[in-house]
Amino acid sequence: MLADKDRIFKNLYGQGDWGLDGARARGAWDGTKAILEKGREAIVNEMKASGQRGRGGAGFPTGLKWSFMPKATDRPSYLVINADESEPGTCKDREVMRNDPHLLVEGCLIAGAGMGAHHCYIYVRGEFIRERERLEAAVQQAYDAKLIGKNNAHGFDFDIVVHHGAGAYICGEETALLESLEGKKGQPRLKPPFPANMGLYGCPTTVNNVETIAQVPDIMRRGAAWFAGIGRANNTGTKLYCISGHVERPCNVEEAMGIPLRELIEKHAGGVRGGWNNLLAVIPGGSSMPMVPAGPDQADTLLMDFDGCRDKKSALGTAAVIVMDKSADIVKAMARISYFYKHESCGQCTPCREGMGWMWRVLERMAEGRAQKREIDMLMEVTTQIEGHTICAFGDGAAWPVQGLLRHFRPEIERRIDEYTANPHPEPLTVAAE
Amino acid sequence: MSVRRLAEKQPPTFVFTLENLAWAKAQIAKYPEGRQQSAVIPILWRAQEQSGGWLPQKAIEATAELLGMARIRVLEVATFYTMFNLAPVGKFNVQLCGTTPCMLRGSEELKKVCRRMIGEQDHVTSDGMFSWTEVECLGACVNAPMVQINYDYYEDLTPESFTRILNDLSLGKTPKPGPQVDRLNSAPIGGQTTLLDKA
Repeated sequence: MLADKDRIFKNLYGQGDWGLDGARARGAWDGTKAILEKGREAIVNEMKASGQRGRGGAGFPTGLKWSFMPKATDRPSYLVINADESEPGTCKDREVMRNDPHLLVEGCLIAGAGMGAHHCYIYVRGEFIRERERLEAAVQQAYDAKLIGKNNAHGFDFDIVVHHGAGAYICGEETALLESLEGKKGQPRLKPPFPANMGLYGCPTTVNNVETIAQVPDIMRRGAAWFAGIGRANNTGTKLYCISGHVERPCNVEEAMGIPLRELIEKHAGGVRGGWNNLLAVIPGGSSMPMVPAGPDQADTLLMDFDGCRDKKSALGTAAVIVMDKSADIVKAMARISYFYKHESCGQCTPCREGMGWMWRVLERMAEGRAQKREIDMLMEVTTQIEGHTICAFGDGAAWPVQGLLRHFRPEIERRIDEYTANPHPEPLTVAAE
Repeated sequence: MSVRRLAEKQPPTFVFTLENLAWAKAQIAKYPEGRQQSAVIPILWRAQEQSGGWLPQKAIEATAELLGMARIRVLEVATFYTMFNLAPVGKFNVQLCGTTPCMLRGSEELKKVCRRMIGEQDHVTSDGMFSWTEVECLGACVNAPMVQINYDYYEDLTPESFTRILNDLSLGKTPKPGPQVDRLNSAPIGGQTTLLDKA
C-alpha cells in the first residue's frame, strides 16, 4: 500500500483547510520560484523523466505533450485545464477542486512556465457550481498573495480564468472544450491541426486534465525519480481511484498505479457486496471502457494501470471503478450507459448520432429478452461501424462498453431471449383465445 | 442528442439588471479583445438566474445583442447545453442522476419519490415550488445515488432521506447539502483508510 507520505492529495476528503494557509502547511507553493527558474526545458525534461501519463483518460505522456508547444511564436500560447469531469463513475477532479484547489493553481503556473503559456483557462463543468466557487476563491487568494498575475513573486506573468460549461459531456473532449470556450456549441474539431498548433482562438494550446496538473508541483519538488519509483515502468506514479457501485463502502482514494483491483476494493472500499465471489463484472475506467468480468484470468488478476487494463482488453481511462455484483442486471446497466451516450452525442457525425439511439433501443429490448438472436451479431456489427468512423473518440467510447457486454455476456442475453420466446406474456392471459 | 425547443409561452420583454450588466461586462473583460463571444455561457447562465431559473427567448436575444453575436448563434448555444432550461422550472429544481453508477445504487427508487411528491418529470407543481428531471451523470458517483437541487448536491440518499429533504424544502427549511449518511465527503463510510498519518 502507498505510504501516506507519498500521497499528493493530502486533503482529498476535505478534512483540513482548503485555503492558501492550509495548502502551504501541506507543502504547496514551496520553492515554486526555484522550480520556475530552472527554465522551460528543464521542467519539460523533468516531466518526461517522471513518466507521468495524462490522468484524463487517454494516458498520453504529459512531458511529451508539453514539448509540442512551439518555442518561438508571435501568437499567445494557452494552457487549458479540462475540469469538465463528466465520465460516468468519475468524481476525482471534483475533490481536487473543492478540497485542494491550490495544487491545481500552482500546477497551472508551473505547467504554463513549462510550455511558455502566460494565460490559462480552467473549464469547469457547469453542474459543479460549489466547486467552481471554491476554485475561484483559491485563484483569488493566489492573486492576492501575488503568487500569480502580472509582476508576481515568481517572475513569470501568469493569468488564470475560471470558465464554466453548462452540462454537455462532449465538452470533455479537448477540441469540443475549445469550441465551447470560444462561445460555440461543443462540437469536436477535426485533427489535424492539433491544438498545439491551432487551439484556442487559433493559437497554440495544450489541454490537460485537473489531476494531471495537480500532480505537477509534487513531481517538481520531490523529483521525477520519486514519482517514477511508484508503480510500474510505463505506468508510474499515484492515481486517484473512484470506487462506485456494488461495494460496501464506495470512496475515492489515492493509490499507487498498478495496484491489483481486488486489493484496491478490499482495502479501501470494504470489498464487493457479499464478498469477492459475488462479483459479476467491473468497469475499470469509467463508462467508456469495456467491462472485465469476474474470473481467475479476468478481474481476479486485473492490475489497475494502463498496461494492466489493456491486458484484459479494457483500459484504465479515468480509473473510475464501477463494480457490479451478481444482483446487477448487467444488460440493463449497459443499456443505461447506452442511453447516456445517446443523450450526450453532439450530433455532428451520422454514425454516432444515429447509432447511439439504435444501440440503446436494441439493448433495452435485449434486457427484456424481446429480441432475436441474430440481432446480437448485428449489434456487434453496428458497434464496429461506429467505432473509428467519427470525428472524436466519443463513438469509440460508446461502442466499447457494448462490445464488452457482447464479448462476455452473450449467453446471458441469449438466455433472456429464450426465456421471453418461451413465455412472451409475463402475466398469464386473462382471456382465453377463442 | 435531445430535441430542445423554446417554450410556447414567453414573457414579452427581458432587460438585464444594471448589476448583472456590470457583471457581464466584467466577464467579457476576462477574454481577449474581440473574443467576447467566449462569455456567452456565463452570461446566459446569469440571464437564466435573473429570469427565475429558465431562459426565455428575449433573454437569449438580449444576450446576443450584448455580445454582438447573431441571435441564431446564441440560440444554438442555449439549445445545445442542457443546463439551460428552456421552460419554467420550480423554485426548487431537482436534477436526479439516473446514470449507471447511481442506478446500481438505487436511483430508480428516488424516481418513485419524485413521482409521488412532485409528479411527472418536467412539470412544475401547481404552487410553483418543485419540478424534477432525470439528468446524466453529475460526477459524484462514489456518493451515489444523488440529486442536485438548484446549486447543491445531496448525496448518499435513500428514499427516506430524500423524502425528508423535499419535505424540509417545502417547509422553508434548508437541509444540509452533501452526504446524508455519516461520512466525510468522498471518504469511505466508517472512516478513512488513508491519510491517517498525522505527521
